[in-house]
Amino acid sequence: MGKEKKQIDGGVSCLRRAEMNMMSVGGMESAPAPLDLEEVHVLAVDDSLVDRIVIERLLRITSCKVTAVDSGWRALEFLGLDNDKASAQLDRLKVDLIITDYCMPGMTGYELLKKIKESSNFREVPVVIMSSENVMTRIDRCLEEGAQDFLLKPVKLADVKRLRSHLATKDVKLSTGNKRKLPEDSDSVTITPPSPSLTISPESSPPLTISPHSSDSSSSLVEMFSSSPIDDDEDEDVLTSSPEESPIRRQKMRSPGLD
Amino acid sequence: MDALISQLQRQFRDYTISLYQQDFLDDQFTELKKLQDDGSPDFVAEVLSLFFEDCVKLISNMARALDQTTGAVDFSTVGASVHQLKGSSSSVGAKRVKALCVSFKDFCEAQNFEGCVRCLQQVDIEYKTLKTKLQDLFNLEKQIIQAGGIVPQVDIN
Repeated sequence: MGKEKKQIDGGVSCLRRAEMNMMSVGGMESAPAPLDLEEVHVLAVDDSLVDRIVIERLLRITSCKVTAVDSGWRALEFLGLDNDKASAQLDRLKVDLIITDYCMPGMTGYELLKKIKESSNFREVPVVIMSSENVMTRIDRCLEEGAQDFLLKPVKLADVKRLRSHLATKDVKLSTGNKRKLPEDSDSVTITPPSPSLTISPESSPPLTISPHSSDSSSSLVEMFSSSPIDDDEDEDVLTSSPEESPIRRQKMRSPGLD
Repeated sequence: MDALISQLQRQFRDYTISLYQQDFLDDQFTELKKLQDDGSPDFVAEVLSLFFEDCVKLISNMARALDQTTGAVDFSTVGASVHQLKGSSSSVGAKRVKALCVSFKDFCEAQNFEGCVRCLQQVDIEYKTLKTKLQDLFNLEKQIIQAGGIVPQVDIN
């Protein structure tokens, strides 16, 4: 159902809206499409329809495949984590990043994060939390629970581009001399024994430039960053290229200067 | 035709700038425009349309929750809807609406009934005003395109 014609006067074309609703409310299209192992697949979780549309567009524009759901429960359902039995579909499911709102009715983004980190199948998948509130304790708590990043809403294209640059894609060849511009407002850094990488995202930081490289290991491999504080000058940090050698560091900002 | 296009483009530019200067819009609206392209030429209009529908729904929820005839007012219910409206207005760059939601939220937390009612009335007026203005803006865009011109990028600074 839906009109073919698009209105340009501010009305929403029904056809487009039907598409959006289909992907936004239940979150799942009729049946999972054949897996494209080359594409980055992101699961976006947000109870706000407007925010789902925006984040989905942000992700698509940065060449991600997106599944958008409206609650933590639906996210777990999609991942096959909503019951004790392992999902039969699990070997087909490829999720490279989960991005979730913090404040949601029912299950918060934090609770969803915990459940994902408790699961053996998905604990390696980077989880990014979005929140409209810049609360240091909230940010800390999420990072401690293993969140990859914390984005302050409203989310901007630069934020998503930066996230996107963290994710390795399988089809991209290794290029020699990977260079990357690091976030310029990491104040301080603590290096800890190997643990999931963490980066703090301030409200808006310069888009990272990175030569994409391929990964032979699992699709959830996440780029790691060197931990030295960066100033405005171009950083000459060369990224190690092979997946096995990815340095794992923890970054913690003391004063994020958010907002 | 060129003179018409130039005139329309000038109007569009001036109108856009005035919307930002009067705080109807902020840079998140600019961010949304970045997401629009030939493949999704109506993205901004569509998102704003969804936002305005959200306004109708949430304001109606707030009004219902503030209705004293059904018993004591549940300020947390009002607050929940305000929080949602604050979020979506922030996401689309509806600056005035968002600012009102901030005050509204404070009144909810303070359980200030009169304050809440006032905010409710204001937010209702504000979103409708924005809607009208954006419709005018989108109409200008349409006219430019129909006259064979392209919609200019407007530098807000």
